[in-house]
Amino acid sequence: MSKAGPTTPGYRWMVASRVLAAAVGGYAITSLATAVLALLLPRVVGSSTASGVLAATLWSFMLYTVIVIWVFRTRSAMRAWAGLGLSGLVLGAALLALKVWT
Amino acid sequence: MKEGFRQSMAWLHTWTGLIVGWVLFLVFLTGTAGYFDEEITRWMQPERPLAAQHSVDVAVGLATSQERLTAQAASAHRWIVWLPSLRDDPNWRIHWPGLLENVKYGQGQQYIDPVTGDAFSPQGHVKPRNTGGGVALYRLHYNLHYIPERAGVLIVGLSTMLMLLAISSGIITHKKIFVDFFTFRPAKGQRSWLDAHNLISVTALPFFVMITYSGLVFFMDVYMPAAMYEVYGRTSYVAGRSTPLNPRSNAQFDPMYEVSPEWQPPARGYGQAMPLIDLRHPLSQVQALWGTSRIAAVLIEHPGQAGARITFIRTEDSLLGGGRLTFDGVSGQLLQLPPRQRSTPWNAQDVLINLHEGLFAGWGLRWLYFLSGLLGCAMIATGLVLWTVKRRVKQDKRLKAGQSVEFGFRLVEALNIGTIAGLCTAVAVYFWANRLLPTDFAGRRAWELHCLFIAWGALLLYASVRLRFAPSLRVWQEQLWIAAAAYALIPLLNWATTNRHLGVTVPHGDWVLAGFDLTVLALGICFAAGALKVGRRRHVGVHTGVVQAEPRKAPA
Repeated sequence: MSKAGPTTPGYRWMVASRVLAAAVGGYAITSLATAVLALLLPRVVGSSTASGVLAATLWSFMLYTVIVIWVFRTRSAMRAWAGLGLSGLVLGAALLALKVWT
Repeated sequence: MKEGFRQSMAWLHTWTGLIVGWVLFLVFLTGTAGYFDEEITRWMQPERPLAAQHSVDVAVGLATSQERLTAQAASAHRWIVWLPSLRDDPNWRIHWPGLLENVKYGQGQQYIDPVTGDAFSPQGHVKPRNTGGGVALYRLHYNLHYIPERAGVLIVGLSTMLMLLAISSGIITHKKIFVDFFTFRPAKGQRSWLDAHNLISVTALPFFVMITYSGLVFFMDVYMPAAMYEVYGRTSYVAGRSTPLNPRSNAQFDPMYEVSPEWQPPARGYGQAMPLIDLRHPLSQVQALWGTSRIAAVLIEHPGQAGARITFIRTEDSLLGGGRLTFDGVSGQLLQLPPRQRSTPWNAQDVLINLHEGLFAGWGLRWLYFLSGLLGCAMIATGLVLWTVKRRVKQDKRLKAGQSVEFGFRLVEALNIGTIAGLCTAVAVYFWANRLLPTDFAGRRAWELHCLFIAWGALLLYASVRLRFAPSLRVWQEQLWIAAAAYALIPLLNWATTNRHLGVTVPHGDWVLAGFDLTVLALGICFAAGALKVGRRRHVGVHTGVVQAEPRKAPA
């Protein structure tokens, strides 16, 4: 999408929507993904729990950056929210599954 | 689509940069000063003795220390000998448990003459003035001031995350990143500012990426605790801060972590009285193994007993932490202890933290850190100025049409002048306050920092008011001259108020103290050069933002 649109109220709402999506939604997805990764790593790679927590968190800032860039790059604000929502559902399910299947 | 991507990244870059640009300028300025925090503290306590002109042989100092410790603390279970440090304290110091004088980092120290063994008071008869020193400036850089520490950490963290986004979007936006590196078109107004911003940003890009990402890692338990809460629960970690994600204290969570050998219980036979070997014997082995590496300290556990241990600790000169060599205290034999092993995530974290702090750096590298930090300030400054330069034509049109300048534009301009020039001046005022506040004034430590913030506030106010009456270039010129004077006159102030000025420190060879005076002088000259350049542009009548048909043949 092009950001160089007219400065109409619609445009401003779109900007606010993306900022909210990136800041709050992005942080939520990053947190979910980090938790999932921290639980996943010991199972997949065989590292200790503390190791999984640390490794996942070290990567989290890179993930957050990528998510924010995607939110501003994608075609519309609705797509951004949809993508975040979908990821949230998938990650949330994964988190529950990992916690149940110890 | 590609065009849309670059445009959206340009938008993101502008806004992330603009929202926190001034906070980041403070962070970079104080952080850069932090690379020389110990040196700055020495300058701010002129009562402290000058650097020793001749260093005593390590063997002599060690023998003397052992003699003093045996005489004064024969039954203690631990001794520590600190060797003179170039950065911090240039004196020999000894410690045993229960010693209460000169407490630093929770441990008492006795200053001794390395030849005669006499204890002395490090500052002679004059107590050094109470000051926050360079360390207080460095603390500003992540705690800010006047707000709770955690709030400061959160604000700086948010700013750092936005900076990471600004760097990423800046790289994506910058089309011809390699070709453009060799592009600088002076005296073309907006073009020149863009070229300067790009050149500065790309030159130290690896440093900026490292410093930003590692800055987030420092407080990752505050910024991204999700995984930690999920695995370890949400208990109260605040007291003690020993969380699995706090890089200062999460070593024990590493399954490969082993307690350092010298803190382990002593060997069998402990309790039998046996004389401690002369420390010069293991010292010769250490010097054979480490060459001319500096020894920071010698730790002796259970002196005078069987099972005693002597550990030589190297000054921090490697990215993965300093080295240690441990010897048996009776036989002097080197104990072949397994090398320090850590899991990969802890090594990664330690490397990032150590790269950020640069404690491992020698003088050359430390100066490189300092200059890179100044480049960071310049990167932010050129970016902020570029924003106003781009919009000046439109604002000039409004003025011509009889309207006033837009509020947002005036706000940014006032913040720019008041911070880029004003905050730098405020840091100089911090040093002025150190020399001018009475040494016996009880609140001087807090008031030195108050003076910094009062000066910054005053210059911000001055900028915003003056912009109503004078063109922006004039206000820039005035504030740059103020900054130039504030820095360049410090050596003179030093001469007038202490006996640690260049006339004393240069002949004596105390290059730390002399270096401070010379550096602030150089900074003052840089500000003066900037003020002169702005003055020239005003007289020629050049408006930044208007591309000239005939480029001036100005000296670059």
